[in-house]
Amino acid sequence: MKYLDEFRNHALAQKLLAEIRRTATRPWVIMEVCGGQTHSIVKYGIDELLPHEIELVHGPGCPVCVTALESIDRAHALARRPDAIFCSFGDMLRVPGSDGDLFQIKAQGGDVRVVYSPLDCLKVARANPAKHVVFFAIGFETTAPANAMSVWQARAEGLANYSILVSHVTVPPAMTAILESPGNRVQAFLGAGHVCAVVGWEEYEPLAARYGVPIVVTGFEPVDLLEGILMAVRQLESGRHEVENQYARAVVREGNPEARRMIARVFEPCDRAWRGIGVIPGSGYRLRDEFAAFDAARIFDLNGIVSHEPEACISGLVLQGARRPLDCDAFGTRCTPETPLGATMVSAEGACAAYYNYGRRR
Amino acid sequence: MCLAIPGQVAELYQAGGVSMARVDFGGIAREACMVYLPEARVGEYVLVHAGFAITKMDEEEARQTLADLQALGELSAET
Repeated sequence: MKYLDEFRNHALAQKLLAEIRRTATRPWVIMEVCGGQTHSIVKYGIDELLPHEIELVHGPGCPVCVTALESIDRAHALARRPDAIFCSFGDMLRVPGSDGDLFQIKAQGGDVRVVYSPLDCLKVARANPAKHVVFFAIGFETTAPANAMSVWQARAEGLANYSILVSHVTVPPAMTAILESPGNRVQAFLGAGHVCAVVGWEEYEPLAARYGVPIVVTGFEPVDLLEGILMAVRQLESGRHEVENQYARAVVREGNPEARRMIARVFEPCDRAWRGIGVIPGSGYRLRDEFAAFDAARIFDLNGIVSHEPEACISGLVLQGARRPLDCDAFGTRCTPETPLGATMVSAEGACAAYYNYGRRR
Repeated sequence: MCLAIPGQVAELYQAGGVSMARVDFGGIAREACMVYLPEARVGEYVLVHAGFAITKMDEEEARQTLADLQALGELSAET
């Protein structure tokens, strides 16, 4: 058991497709929240294999895409400081801010470094005591335990030259915002398996009950996605709206208690602006006051930065599932992964980039 | 960026007082922090995200899922 190839099995995928065709009698709209799932769906052509009754719409679950322009601009201001070393996950380097991206800042002499884990930043901080190391702490509940641990460990070591610029987002408030939006078409959700591996799915239960939507915690391989879709369609066809777990090999209801404990120790909920969507109440994490000494937004004066979107782009509507990448006039012409107008074309998990990279064209 | 990938724990060790592991991803070894999975043992598969192991893969559940899916078409064909 390697937990990958077994779940890319062609015969099992065909069985699941046949069963979905047999089960679906009416049109249903299902949203996969997570950008990693969008990527798999488009890569394996799952959306094109499904019967026409089933429409998949792509959700806001790409952290690179939804990080607010204001946060990007603050990151850029920090990265330009001669006394700073700015560390980031690699995907963030090409995201356009109001004025260029992190690659350009690096080319102009900024000390911008790509890290694989936030713990790598602590090594950088220890090795460069005369510089201040800032980590761009973005992401959903999946990266929060890692980012929290970097602050926890920095405090334990007494590292005074490390801080994080926090722009964390959380999934359930975004699902609520989608369900509350007047034009909402989403009737069921595929929940992100790795998010639930960390925080569990208890928070989804009141959502499923209040809005009458099935939510299926789902993995990332094609067989996982097809089984998740089948479980959602079965619920929709029989009028049920429960939280079910397709990804049982990795996820339990309470998630990872150690990781949840660390998130709660270091972060607290806050309102958060999402790029292309706006402020969603209670949809972010910020550092608790006791970690103010590790909060880049409190250490450095980042006021007075004026943000402006470089060009109108429909990525906000794409992120909410209201429009599809191919609905955009700029897709594949003025907007490509090499020259992205909006964040959904930047990250590999952005819906526009997934469509472009796997050959979908207008 | 936001991908979680299963890998096999090859070696467990301490670094600066923090539990770490060398995790094998189909022949590529990477370091992962193990503070959130203190019970993981060498040989087990874990899901790693942003350099941290976040959950153990449950072999019994994986086999059960695959067995259920194998039976899927056969059951439907009879009904």
